[in-house]
Amino acid sequence: MAKKLISVKVNGRVQDKAVEPRTLLIHFLREELNLTGAHIGCETSHCGACTVDVDGHSVKACTHLAVQCDGSEVLTVEGLASLAKDGGVLHAVQEGFYKEHGLQCGFCTPGMLIRAYRFLQENPSPSETEIRAGMAGNLCRCTGYQNIVKAVQYAAAKLQQTEKVTA
Amino acid sequence: MNAPTDPTLLERKDALQGLGDSRLRKEDARFIQGKGNYVDDIKLPGMLHMDIVRSPYAHARIKSLDKSAALKVPGVIAVLTADDLKPLKLHWMPTLAGDVAAVLADGKVHFQMQEVAVVIAEDRYAAADGVEAVVVEYEELPVVIDPYAALEPGATVIREDLAGKTSGAHGAREHPNHIFTWDAGDASATNAAFATAPVTVKQHLFYPRVHPCPLETCGCVASFDPVRGELVTYMTSQAPHVVRTVVSLLSGIPESKVRIVSPDIGGGFGNKVGVYPGYVCAIVASIVLGKPVKWIEDRVENISSTAFARDYHMDGEIAATPDGKILGLRVHVIADHGAFDACADPTKFPAGMFHICSGSYDIPAAYCQVKGVYTNKAPGGVAYRCSFRVTEAVYLVERMVDVLAQKLGLDKAEIRRRNFIRKEQFPYKSPFGFEYDSGDYATALEKVLTAVDYTALRAEQAAKRADPHCPTLMGIGLVSFTEVVGAGPSKMCDILGVGMFDSCEIRVHPTGSAIARMGTISTGQAHATTYAQIIATELGIPSEVIQVEEGDTSTAPYGLGTYGSRSTPVAGAAIALAARKIHAKAKKIAAHLLEVGENDLDWEIDRFNVKGDASRHKTMKDICWAAYNNVPAGMEMGLEAVHYYDPPNFTYPFGIYLCVVDIDRGTGETRVRRFYALDDCGTRINPMVIEGQIHGGLTEGFAVAMGQQMPFDAQGNLLGNTLMDYFVPTFVETPHWETDHTVTPSPHHPIGAKGVAESPHVGSIPTFTSAVVDAFAHLGVTHMTMPHTSWRVWQQLQASGVAL
Repeated sequence: MAKKLISVKVNGRVQDKAVEPRTLLIHFLREELNLTGAHIGCETSHCGACTVDVDGHSVKACTHLAVQCDGSEVLTVEGLASLAKDGGVLHAVQEGFYKEHGLQCGFCTPGMLIRAYRFLQENPSPSETEIRAGMAGNLCRCTGYQNIVKAVQYAAAKLQQTEKVTA
Repeated sequence: MNAPTDPTLLERKDALQGLGDSRLRKEDARFIQGKGNYVDDIKLPGMLHMDIVRSPYAHARIKSLDKSAALKVPGVIAVLTADDLKPLKLHWMPTLAGDVAAVLADGKVHFQMQEVAVVIAEDRYAAADGVEAVVVEYEELPVVIDPYAALEPGATVIREDLAGKTSGAHGAREHPNHIFTWDAGDASATNAAFATAPVTVKQHLFYPRVHPCPLETCGCVASFDPVRGELVTYMTSQAPHVVRTVVSLLSGIPESKVRIVSPDIGGGFGNKVGVYPGYVCAIVASIVLGKPVKWIEDRVENISSTAFARDYHMDGEIAATPDGKILGLRVHVIADHGAFDACADPTKFPAGMFHICSGSYDIPAAYCQVKGVYTNKAPGGVAYRCSFRVTEAVYLVERMVDVLAQKLGLDKAEIRRRNFIRKEQFPYKSPFGFEYDSGDYATALEKVLTAVDYTALRAEQAAKRADPHCPTLMGIGLVSFTEVVGAGPSKMCDILGVGMFDSCEIRVHPTGSAIARMGTISTGQAHATTYAQIIATELGIPSEVIQVEEGDTSTAPYGLGTYGSRSTPVAGAAIALAARKIHAKAKKIAAHLLEVGENDLDWEIDRFNVKGDASRHKTMKDICWAAYNNVPAGMEMGLEAVHYYDPPNFTYPFGIYLCVVDIDRGTGETRVRRFYALDDCGTRINPMVIEGQIHGGLTEGFAVAMGQQMPFDAQGNLLGNTLMDYFVPTFVETPHWETDHTVTPSPHHPIGAKGVAESPHVGSIPTFTSAVVDAFAHLGVTHMTMPHTSWRVWQQLQASGVAL
């Protein structure tokens, strides 16, 4: 199948690659760029294990074509730590998942983190109900979500504190 | 162990992060940075991809199979069918249950989505193109979906390959679609109890077929090195050593040249215990082609063809006195095993530990019988987050006790109080022969009833029932479950003849850090964190410097794997006992260094002190160094130990769960207002991890009770094999969980631990049913079949005449 050249900025680095038009974004990231953080769980946009950030929106990369991202900016879990506001080694959402035991098998975690990162920009001080609604596109089979809610709350508090310090 | 009070001792104890500490998880660092290593992340040089041609029909003869077009698809390397596997005698494979299963369909298909052929190609897209191009002609056969219909005289024969076989792995077969009849308990004593009992109740209970549905599907990368004759396979397996033995037996490759690696696993829940055709075909393809071959299922394949759970049709009966004392329990089960008997149970137990169904109650006489039946559905019958068939058993007894309470007009809590095995009766011999290790059910029950103010809840319910305008029906569910986990004693339990022990090897390094290797494999349970905590307390080495490795058969000692809550009860014991061997040697070294006798030493957190003079001591760090340069005469250098632990008994965790639901009389929607879960798993290693496991298990229980099912139409089509249809609760539906605990250690386990991760699944499912049925109890309803979806509950509202 004829390939198409695309140019995508992934985690801050421009990637010029030739891809088949049918190549899914998730396969492009995982197989072309070896960014295996985001996973495939369902192929139908339901589980969110493949969630990445495209131009400021949470996107399920298992039902998104790589060619749709030509000229876009993509953020995956691998690029998250570099965005830590306080210069730490982990982003606040990563730290929250660690401190609040927000993960078990870890398979949904990269998608959860990237969704939480975007969600907290959409809503920096959410209620529990808002967190549950805002994160509902990502499934977890291990945690029962309760500690993920706490992890997002932890991150929200930390991000707000960092804002105050840097303001 | 008493907590030290001296501040310096406390500081030293805290530095270890040992038993009882809510230590943060060691495995998280890689997962939160996208550096996990799951099977689909593995990429080997020259790796090919495999995809599977599957049957659209549930029962059909294969008239022809043409792979010529597929072989012309760009990128396709090979297409394998049963005929290609026949010369290797690999077109059928043995199952864990003593049956055989088709690897690739041999002349006929027995269930929808059965594996018919595999395509190997240069990438996954080409493999999928190849699958599309394989042309298979089928001739449809009559389909048998209902296990009762399967046993009718003259029913369509599903397994023609078994023609003439009048007995199977578990005794006589009475019908071509009959697999086994297994029973336990005392039939005549039970029948006698029923013959004279003043009160009897009977209830049919259907436990629907469900799927464990871990977020990561199954898959493998098989890599055969034709020069060295070695096979390495990375696969999603909860039992890598057993797989190595099976692969060696099937392939003829010596076990020493087979290496199975379970990398990070994205959830198992029983789904990743078995050996699936995809694994076998990928291994064959790698051997034939001399290149690594990757096979990764998609979600539809996972739900449709890999191991399901449950599908038990149960008839329960209880005999009792008028004041609610249970005299007898009788159970008959029809178990739908699908087209091949691939149940994952210890060899001698074709219905697993179903005979734990006398539960937490002192029942004098009991009998159960389970009949396994073939139907045109996918094979399986695994324990979905439970020990073998314990979920079914607990559901049965908890529902039946509720039914009896209703018949007698007794409160659910009161009937349990009257029938509990009392604290002083432990160790308790059950009517089915289990010896329960320890328990204190009555104390746990009262703790829960007080915590939720049960009396007030019942008063609120009575007031709502009295008000005809109340928009909701309120239900209270109560369950007091006992599990049997930690399989198991090798005199009773084996898998393919291998006893169900587990193992640990610990090496302590000269500078005082250590590595432990295990026969188990974490699928999210935090073994790397919690196992290190056991060693830390046993040896006085900080858990931070203890590495735990599992899952690689070339480095780990042989173990039976992780399922049935066996990691802590069995492998956890192996760890403690391996550590104690090291501790004993360390004491000898300390005595040698301090020039005193061993009896002159006291152990204190991380060191040996000379009795009466703590200023003369050797820390574990001192001893580690000495073990490599200054040991007593005649002692071997080094500080390491291996222990293979064959448990003397199972462990019996228990819990009391209470649930309050409000059912909308207009829509049938059930809102879980409150769920209170008290668990007793004996000694608690890491309370944070335990709580996380309980949250997860409760959520999976909620999924089963409230929405999961695998419905089939009359043609055997599975009507829901994507996450669009198959219910996995999101953040929004999932209730808030309240957790609590009591601690009743297991007397036979080295650290008193019982296992925990499956209790919340086992215990919560009947609690939800108990709550939903309770909402209708005053209307004469005794049971409602799961899942309790709004539609089903709405139908009950209509039938009971209370819909708004």
